[in-house]
This record gives sequence, C-alpha cells and structure tokens, in this order.
Amino acid sequence: MFADYTWAELGSIFAMQGFSGLILFSVLLLMALGLAIIFGQMGVINMAHGEFMILGAYITYLTSNLFSTYLPDLFGIYFFIAIIFAFIGTFLLGALVEWSLIRHLYKRPLDTLLATWGLSLILQQLYRTVFGPREVGVTLPDWMMGSFAVSEMIEVPVNGMIVMVITLFITVGVFLFLQKSRKGKQSRAVVQNRAMAGAVGIDTARVDRFTFALGCGIAGIAGATFTMIGSTGPTSGQLYIVDTFLVVVFGGAASLLGTIASAFSISQAQSIMEFFLSGSMAKVLTLLTVIVILMLRPQGLFSLKVRR
Amino acid sequence: MQNHPHQPNKLRRLMLKTMMALPATMLFSNVATASEVNSTGLAVTDDTVTVGILHSATGTMAISETGSIQAEKLAIEQINASGGVLGRQIKYIQEDGASDWPTFAEKAKKLLVQDKVDAIMGCWTSASRKAVLPVMEQYNGMLFYPTFYEGLEQSPNVIYTGQEATQQILKGIDWAKETKGAKKFFLLGSDYIWPRTSNKIARKHIEKLGLKVVGEEYYPLGHTQFNSVINKIKLKKPDVIFTTVVGGSNVAFYKQLKAAGIDLTKEKPLVLTLSVTEDEILGIGGENVEGLYASMKYFQSLPNDNNKAFVKAFKKRWGDDIVIGDVTQAAYLGPWLWKAAVEKAGSFDIDKIRKTLPGIELTTAPEGYVKVHPNHHLWSKSRIGHAKKDGQFDVVYESKELIEPNPFPKGYQ
Repeated sequence: MFADYTWAELGSIFAMQGFSGLILFSVLLLMALGLAIIFGQMGVINMAHGEFMILGAYITYLTSNLFSTYLPDLFGIYFFIAIIFAFIGTFLLGALVEWSLIRHLYKRPLDTLLATWGLSLILQQLYRTVFGPREVGVTLPDWMMGSFAVSEMIEVPVNGMIVMVITLFITVGVFLFLQKSRKGKQSRAVVQNRAMAGAVGIDTARVDRFTFALGCGIAGIAGATFTMIGSTGPTSGQLYIVDTFLVVVFGGAASLLGTIASAFSISQAQSIMEFFLSGSMAKVLTLLTVIVILMLRPQGLFSLKVRR
Repeated sequence: MQNHPHQPNKLRRLMLKTMMALPATMLFSNVATASEVNSTGLAVTDDTVTVGILHSATGTMAISETGSIQAEKLAIEQINASGGVLGRQIKYIQEDGASDWPTFAEKAKKLLVQDKVDAIMGCWTSASRKAVLPVMEQYNGMLFYPTFYEGLEQSPNVIYTGQEATQQILKGIDWAKETKGAKKFFLLGSDYIWPRTSNKIARKHIEKLGLKVVGEEYYPLGHTQFNSVINKIKLKKPDVIFTTVVGGSNVAFYKQLKAAGIDLTKEKPLVLTLSVTEDEILGIGGENVEGLYASMKYFQSLPNDNNKAFVKAFKKRWGDDIVIGDVTQAAYLGPWLWKAAVEKAGSFDIDKIRKTLPGIELTTAPEGYVKVHPNHHLWSKSRIGHAKKDGQFDVVYESKELIEPNPFPKGYQ
C-alpha cells in the first residue's frame, strides 16, 4: 500500500493525516465535553444533546443574518459574537429544561433517557416549524473558509485551526472551573455525596441547575463551531449523538481526562485507518475496537474512584 | 340478462335508445357518469376524483421531499383551475411516510384499499419505493415516482418521471471527457444502494472509454469528516471528482473541500455531482459550491417559456425565496402525465390508463418536452449545469436529442 507513493508524498500524507486527526479530535472533544459534564457529574443521560448543539447552530445562522443585514461592516467577526449568543441561548434553555423536567427525575436516571429523548423530538419539531424542514446555509466570512499553504501538498484549513483553538479554550476553561472555582468544587461535591453536600450548606438544587445548564451551553458553543464544517437542519443533531456518547462512555463517564483520552484515541485510529481503508470500513473497525476494549474494561478508559 | 330474439320490439327499442344516446355521450363526454369512466370502484364521483400524495413530511427526508409535495399540489391546483380531469375536480389525500419505509408501505396500502385513489404521487428514496412497490403491484395502483435513481427496475404499476442512471451518468462522463479532456476520475459516495450502483455504472463507462478510475470511496450517511478523503484526492490528482454524496454530508464535504484549498472555479480537479440540486445549495451555501458541475435534466434557470411560467407559478404559490431542484420538477410532471393518460383513455380504470401511458407526451413540461417510454421511464434531455455564487446553475451543455431511457443497460450491471 505504500509502494504507490514516493517518500516525499508519504511524508506529506502523514503530516496531513496527522492534522486531519487533530481536527477530528477537537470536533469529538467539543461534542463530548458538554455531555461529559451532564452525564459524568449528574448521571443524567441527555439524549437531547444534539438538539442543543443545533440550537447553537441556528443562533449562529440568525446572528449571521442579523449582521449581514444591519452591520455588514462587522461581518468578518460576527462569528465570535455568535458563539457568545449561542452559549447564552442554550445555557438559558438548559436551565429551563432542568427546572421543568430533569430535576424531577434525579432518582430515576433511566427515565432521564426517555424524557430527554422526548425533548429532542419536541425540539426537532420546533426547529422544523420555525426554520422549515430544509437545511439552512450559514454564511461564514471568507477568511474563515480559507487555508494556508505550508507546502505544495500540505494545506492547513483555517476552520480546522479555529475549531482546535476553541476546543482548547473551552477544555481548559471547564477543567479550571471544576477544579478551582467555588461553584466547580460545589458541583463535584454534590456528585460525590449529595446528602453530605446538602448538610454542609450547599444549595444542591441550584448547583444541579447550573451544572446542567453549563453542559447545554457548551453544546451550544459546539453547535456554533460546527456550522463551519457541518450542516444545520432540524435533524442534524442526530448525526452527532452516537459519536458523542461513544466518546463519553469509552472515556469513562465521570472523568474529563478520560473524555480527552478517548476522543484522542478514537480520532487518531479513525483518521489513520481512513487513509488506508475505505471510510465505512474505518468506522466499523473503530467501533469494533471500542467494543472490545469496553468488554475488557467496562468502566471506560479512566474512572473516578468514589466510595458508594 | 337473457336475449330474446323472438321479441323484435324490445330489441328495436333498445337499439334506438342506444343510437339516440350515442351522440349525446360524445357531445357531453366530460360529464359521463362515474360508472361509465370507472368500472373498477375507484374513488370517482360525478364531480371529483381522488389521488394520493405520499411523501415524508417529517423525519430526515422531509428536507428533500417538501419540494416534491409542493410541486404535486401546484400541478393538481392548476389542473383543477383549468377544468379538472374528464370534467372532475381532483381531490387529494396526503399521507406522511415519515422517512420510514414500513410506514410508506402501510400508507400506500391505506391509500389504495381504503381511499381507493386513482393514482399516487410519491416516494423519494429508492428504499421507500422498494417498500411501496409490492403494495402497488398487489392492489394494482399507479405510482408516479419523481426521483432520479439507479435504474435496474421496471414495474407496470410505476411511472418513473426522474432520470434513470444511464441518462444522467453516461452523458455526464461523456461531457467531462469531450469538453474538459478529463482522463482520471475519483468516485465518492454515501454508503448505500444509489451511490454504489451509480458509481458502478460510472466506473464501467469510464473504463469503456479508456479512461481511468484512480479512487473509489464511500462514507456512512450523515458523515461529517471528509478531511482524509480530501487528502487522498490531493495525492491522486484526479481530473474529475465524481460525487454521489447525499444529504447533510454534502454541506460538510464542500465546506471542507474549500477549506482544504481546492477551488472549484479553477476546475482542477473539476467536481461533477449527481446529487446537488438548487435545494441542497441552500444548505451548503452558494459561495462554497461556485464552479461545481451537476448532471441533471432540469435546472431552475432553464430559459424556455414553459419553465418561466412554472417558476413564476411556483414562487407565487409557495413564496419568493423558494428554489426548485431537479426532483421538484419531476414531481410536477406526475399529475400532468396522469391527467393526459386518463383523458386519452377516457377512463379512470388503472388497466386502461396503463395501456395509454406509453407514448403520452407533455409539450408543456418545464424541462421542455417529455414522452413516456414503454418501459415506463421518460425520454428526456441530459444537461450539465455550472453552479454560480447565488446558488443557481448556468446550463453549459444540453444533449441535442432526447435520451432513450434504459433501466437495464447491457454491460453495466
């Protein structure tokens, strides 16, 4: 399989595939972060995660229309404002959903699966009613769709770089937040022992709402970011949900480090195999590998040691 | 009834009656009673006739099928406004296949058995058509199917108003070879029956012409990461990327192609698609597909008078910002072909319609002119469109003659 290429070409192949793998890694991590917080910290299976992402994408679409109509001079930078709007919008919807639906189900984790699945169908129908069944085109400023030519073979896409930077930023932010901030510490305390956390004066209900909303807000950011590489339609969220759960479960539900490790190994495996096998076959082999590893290690790559 | 030849009076009276009635029926043939034009118990009254519309209004295919539903309703409304069919107004019953193939079959059965519709305009994916097909054949219905598809099928109960594979693929590849001097092709598709069959036919044809296929790849439906295959394309340096990627994957593919530095307007490589119409460009964004070539039989920008009237009526009915793709136009043909066949047969009976359908022609078709072939597909022209930034196509090639449909091409199976 290597014989067809020269050494110079092989060098380029590995450089380009390595970079593709890194982009895929960023995408998977960004998808899974919000879910990892909600599932890992709260034990809630959020089947509507994809729909929160698409809400972020629709907010980006609306913002782009707003800017091209009223502020065409600032169109070049609208995307970063759209990300903030997307975060706020999905954060607020997340808080509302927690208050009206999720908080009644904390003692019945499997029921959250059904409830959020229903929610995802409701949201899809809502998008269809508001935005129509067709996909909408999110226009991006030209500079974001360009690329730098490193050599004749290797071109680095700008949008891939932006995804990486955003992912890095969010991941570090979430990590610092959970480890260092008061709210983050409270949230971890509630996860580890709800009754005791309540007894030392933490308002567990508020912490829950905040954590859930934060996870949804990150989904919104992911959705806004993916308008650069994917489609925005009422059912587009479904495209992401399986991969997202795969990453979270493979990584070990309660661990952010696990999520990172899992996104990295899945994306690299997929990217390398995609080059030498066909796309569908690479996906099948990736899934098989994940299944085998999960059979040997059911708790996922990393697990949190908690006394139950 | 028994014959009584020894009662000449009765016989004479009967003959006289019939002879007097004959000119009357001929004069007022469009007010013939329901039982005269319909001996098989279909839902036909003296003023109305019922047809079915069966598409996905919900689920993942709603994105594509909405245009077909709109086109069929528009055609029915126009036919009604011009006096209906055999003097009857068309009523329609719309059912939702919900992007779910068993539901399609169930709803088709409901339309035929319970509602007794005279024709069904419907289906979009090959999977839904394959699910509906046995129902249509068992209960003797007539389905007008609008999507371009892989061929290898023919049914007495289906009229295929879109192109089959050879009309779309062979001409497209010939064009790339003759006009653009293409020698190396890279085949790319979503991983299901239509792209795989289409690419199989494409590969056979490319090799028959003495050209080369340098790569063939498939990705699961809904796949959004095309960086690896784009890298491969860059290495193999094909002249043509021949794509049959469908749905949301297209958005990802073209955005990533652009970001990877492949400028479609430079035509190096040239992208030739079977699956991006004006509808899909709405989602992808015109700026990302500028320079793309599509092989279809219809584009919204076709400059003939039929089409101008059609586009105007469509926008008036469904909104100014709407776009019309290849399948939408093919769906619009369904009710008109059915009307022409019913009127030629002078009857709503399915068997009589079936006999008259081959040879039925529409000079008013937006695509110009179509004719039904005895194999139940349409004679149509092949066209190549060149995508512009505003999401519309310039037609850069049109076959001189109508292309004969051939769902079972020899040597391509």
